[in-house]
Amino acid sequence: MAKVSMTVNGKTVSGEVEGRTLLVDFLRSDLRLTGTHVGCDTSQCGACTVHVDGIAVKSCTMLAAEADGAHVATIEGQAAADGTLNALQQAFQDHHGLQCGFCTPGMVMAAADLLKNNPKPSEAEVRHHLEGNICRCTGYHNIVKAIMAASGQDVSQIAAE
Amino acid sequence: MYNFDFEKPSTVADAVAALATEEAQPLGGGQTLLPTMKQRLASPSKLVSLTGIAEMKGVCKGDDGSVCIGGATNHATVASEAASQYPALAALAGGIGDPAVRNRGTIGGSLANNDPAACYPSAALASGATIVTNSRQIAADDYFQGMFTTALEEGEIITEVRFPVPEVANYQKFEQPASRFALVGVYVAKYADGVRVAVTGASESGVFRWTEAEAALSGNFSADAIDGLSVSADGMIGDLHGTGAYRAHLVKVLTKRAVAAAS
Repeated sequence: MAKVSMTVNGKTVSGEVEGRTLLVDFLRSDLRLTGTHVGCDTSQCGACTVHVDGIAVKSCTMLAAEADGAHVATIEGQAAADGTLNALQQAFQDHHGLQCGFCTPGMVMAAADLLKNNPKPSEAEVRHHLEGNICRCTGYHNIVKAIMAASGQDVSQIAAE
Repeated sequence: MYNFDFEKPSTVADAVAALATEEAQPLGGGQTLLPTMKQRLASPSKLVSLTGIAEMKGVCKGDDGSVCIGGATNHATVASEAASQYPALAALAGGIGDPAVRNRGTIGGSLANNDPAACYPSAALASGATIVTNSRQIAADDYFQGMFTTALEEGEIITEVRFPVPEVANYQKFEQPASRFALVGVYVAKYADGVRVAVTGASESGVFRWTEAEAALSGNFSADAIDGLSVSADGMIGDLHGTGAYRAHLVKVLTKRAVAAAS
């Protein structure tokens, strides 16, 4: 067991982990931050997407020990302290960007990563950026719509097929 | 996965020392190695992370005009920072996996693993790249030795990869949509002294050069130049995604597309 410490959603945390402890397991089991989901556990589905030092990674395919000293952001840190959703989360709600919600934490974190680097993405750019995030309910249209809306673009012409 | 010790050194020398332990293995971004370990197809006693070694990260321009990329540089960084010097290589890096995978996976990790369907081996072979390790320099033509097999010794680390910049180049990837690996990928690079064509995803022997196409294209760099050539299905990978004959056919189609896109 080795000691790791990192900043998660602005708060300094530490814990004892095995070499094989995945970042997602540290977040979920040790820190009880269960908003980050494990879907496939093979880095295909993106439900476990979090930000490590400002970039999106799949936390099921990164060791907790590799994140020692890093700044980690999860879905729990996205809303304001009083529960007010951020613009992206609100857009997912407004545009029905989720159904069962299992993929949503990863979708929101992946989308936040996109908008940080590309504040006004085209629809094609949004779809390209979401290649590593799988949703089995929505057919993606409303997710794409929500992300476009959160970037301040007019989405009335985007078909909800 | 089975448990292991973990070390994250900050210099190449410390990493080499840490790898002296029996069954120790270097860890790049882990986008292949960790899933492999979860399936218990690999069970190293120790993982030595290379991503904390600052001297192994980043893209720079060599004295001879080549692009040098640190072995621990992730694909997203290559996609953005190599774009002005070597656009075809940057485009290849920007098409690997998905955005989150590109933020972790490294060029050194990809080349050390030498997956028969990985993208980077085709770029290294077609560009005549030099694989620089902690102990020596290896020409790409000598480096790739078959599926998942390379010239690397136990505990040897890829510290840098140097790509001579071609006049024009292009990579065409026929993507297997579920894995986003190349079902077949062809990298064409035209240099002053000739054209090199490297094929990934197709052969049971891993990445290879299609020398007949190189000869034809060196005389006439146009897609028509290889009309008369054909690729044998012998030794091609056949699986549920495509037969050997299908992959052999794709090699020619993608080579023509790459030449057309590059010229």
